[in-house]
Amino acid sequence: MSEFDIELDTSGMNCPLPVLKARKALSAMTTGQRLHLIVTDPGANKDIPAFCKMTGNSLLETNELDGKIHFFLEKG
Amino acid sequence: MAKKLAIIASKGTLDGAYPPFILASTAAALGFEVKIFFTFYGLQLLKKELSLKVSPLGNPAMPMPVPIPSIVQVIPGLEWFATWMMKRKLKTKGVASVEELRDICVESGVELIACQMTVDLFDFKNEDFIEGISSGGAATFLEFSSEADTTLYI
Repeated sequence: MSEFDIELDTSGMNCPLPVLKARKALSAMTTGQRLHLIVTDPGANKDIPAFCKMTGNSLLETNELDGKIHFFLEKG
Repeated sequence: MAKKLAIIASKGTLDGAYPPFILASTAAALGFEVKIFFTFYGLQLLKKELSLKVSPLGNPAMPMPVPIPSIVQVIPGLEWFATWMMKRKLKTKGVASVEELRDICVESGVELIACQMTVDLFDFKNEDFIEGISSGGAATFLEFSSEADTTLYI
């Protein structure tokens, strides 16, 4: 598992809350810092990459473990 | 330059409230400039106290625990029951409330515009609505939508 600066667990939350919470967390971070985002909403598999693409943040790694999706984002 | 999203919100039901607020809050998170123009029943979404309902009447696509014939759906209390059921379901599935999404829209700078003609038509008063909204007409919306990347009528 990658290293990160901030962890955000959105387990149980549904669309669009994971994206909105991720945006809020990233806006409080500095460029180059990493966010570990945990999501149970299966739609996030497409939504988080789309979010990263449109906001200039990098999606470094994605893995699924026990029904939870773990995203590692680097603030751009 | 930021992308732009223009939305017309014309529905005032609980289920009709979700699409404009979900798309607007998400677009704002993606860096869009967003304006929602509330017209006709959509004005209900700007009220300070929201009492949005969902009705199975005239909506054959609404999933119900048991099939309820249309003639029975006019019984008083059924709309209340359907609304209660929908709200409970939204909560258990981790879906944000309409109020929560609307707050996020306001916080993230989404411009909420009340259609002046329909405000007058229904005799609504400014004090009925939440703070920080503006008002405008068809030209106000079209000026923004003419430059928008995405325009939606909901």
